[in-house]
Amino acid sequence: MKLWYFIMKRLFLMVIVLFGILVLVFFITKIIPADPVGALLGGNAPPELVDELKHKLGLDKPLIIQFVDYMKGALKGDFGISLKTNRPVIEDIKEYFPATMELAIFAIIIAVGIGIPLGIFSAVKRNSVVDHFSRIFSILGVSMPVFWTGLLLLLLFYYKLDLLPGSGRLELFIIPPEPKTGLVILDALLEGNWEAFWDGLKHIILPAFVLGYASSASIARMTRASVLDVLRQDYIRTAKAKGLPKRLVIYKHALKNALIPVVTLIGLRFGSLLEGAVLTETIFGWPGLGRYIVNALLVLDYPAIMGGTVFIALIYSLANLVVDITYAVLDPRMRI
Amino acid sequence: MEYQESERISRWRPLIEDLKHTMYLWRKNKLAMIGTVIILGFIIVAIFAPVLAPYDPYQQNLHNRLAPPSKEHILGTDQFGRDVLSRIIWGTRIELKIIFLVTVISTTIGTIIGLISGYFGGAVDEILMRITDMFLAFPSLVLAMAFAAALGPSLTNAIIAISVVTWTVYARLVRAETMKIKSTLYIEAIKALGAGTFRILFLHILPMTVSPILVQMTLRMGTIILTAAGLGFLGLGAQPPTPEWGAMVSDGRLYMMNAWWISTFSGLAIALVVLGFNLLGDGIRDILDPRLRR
Repeated sequence: MKLWYFIMKRLFLMVIVLFGILVLVFFITKIIPADPVGALLGGNAPPELVDELKHKLGLDKPLIIQFVDYMKGALKGDFGISLKTNRPVIEDIKEYFPATMELAIFAIIIAVGIGIPLGIFSAVKRNSVVDHFSRIFSILGVSMPVFWTGLLLLLLFYYKLDLLPGSGRLELFIIPPEPKTGLVILDALLEGNWEAFWDGLKHIILPAFVLGYASSASIARMTRASVLDVLRQDYIRTAKAKGLPKRLVIYKHALKNALIPVVTLIGLRFGSLLEGAVLTETIFGWPGLGRYIVNALLVLDYPAIMGGTVFIALIYSLANLVVDITYAVLDPRMRI
Repeated sequence: MEYQESERISRWRPLIEDLKHTMYLWRKNKLAMIGTVIILGFIIVAIFAPVLAPYDPYQQNLHNRLAPPSKEHILGTDQFGRDVLSRIIWGTRIELKIIFLVTVISTTIGTIIGLISGYFGGAVDEILMRITDMFLAFPSLVLAMAFAAALGPSLTNAIIAISVVTWTVYARLVRAETMKIKSTLYIEAIKALGAGTFRILFLHILPMTVSPILVQMTLRMGTIILTAAGLGFLGLGAQPPTPEWGAMVSDGRLYMMNAWWISTFSGLAIALVVLGFNLLGDGIRDILDPRLRR
């Protein structure tokens, strides 16, 4: 009963926040001091042309009507036509978002793959060399700017060693797989297109590592703290006292409980991955939503700015919602 | 006379003991010490930038462009022949300015909203907190990017944009503290004495929230630099020829293959200072953690 009440309340709040997101984004695009029409047509365009474009974009209407039109469209997922690509913004998002998603999934896999084992080792071997290494690894991970780490890795693996490709998702000469899921690597696997599969993996490894590193750092710290907490509990002492091997106590008894908060953290990290994706995609020429928004911002392509930011905020809020609900299911104290 | 003396001692002793203990924990925490040293170094370099920098950070020398690190130019020169070391040194002033202004602006806005929201509660609280949620619904860099682009890319606008995404932290923190404090007896006593709302909020509640705000400020400073550098890197922050570190990394990006030093050293400067703030923030949190104090 209580749980349903909590979920309903949370969903209701989400609707209000979504409304807020739409208002905020509209407000941002309206404070743009630069004139998007002028930016498109150049400074000395004839006034008739300016008026015509303004009319086409609906910019000649009163602000309140513009707002109503925008809200009506937004609720249907229609953000208008991108000024740069000349296609509906929603089509662009559909094309670019899977690339970001693919990058985020691989980044999470790398982050979890490094973070959880490192966290467990440093908790079990507390104050050992591994523990100190893990601490330094973590604090460096949150201190180094991702665009810098990305550039350094590119310099090493692409320019100097020539081991890995520099940008994009696939080499130009490789025939891309038929897009079913939009995730190139998964599509290639489904199709049995091994050449594209390997090439896709080679392309994704560097950006995914750069993006996942910061997250692996915080996952390692969280795992360490959580495992240490659990190891202090009575039931662990009981398990040890009845003579179970240490390995069994840690991996079977302690880990199950220790990983609950870590799972939540992984969900929360998803949001910051979207943020890191903006910079990572720019460095690695990854055709994702982050780069799409940056390009839109640089040329003031405001339908694309509106659509892109609203979409990112939507995904981000959804991830947070899922985390909150998971947490409430796992821990009844959170349902207050 | 003797009575007064002993009273003075007893009044100050706990404070002095506390301070001593803090200093002890501080010295024992090696990482926090390293952080302190880095940040002090950063501030000193910023203050003495004109003395320390060997060259003018804006002085171009096209005959000596993209020169590798050497005796004359320890960290090499950039695409206009400007000395990279000098630009990084002058850059400390820019980063410090960003940290200072963003912290002042966002703390002021956040604290006022948090105080009002926590003290009045009800509909006011509900409205202010939903506005806060609105800002928290975006990944902060994305929102800062949007504001910076909308206002027009410049250092000042980047500062405004980062402040706009940072105040929410303080608003939530101060709100929670205010809610805790407003139900204490001493606030009721002042109310009974007839103190006005303004007086209660700013003279009696605000001082009690100062220490959690200070901790949060230190923890945030690293993030502020990273966001500013990210904006600069994307071309949405400080504009050339300003020696902002993020923008410098972006400058060097095109010449990465034959002039790695431009991006590498500017990025290293960012990483080092952010590391300093993170170590310091972690240390302060450890020291203030009551479990560690015992």
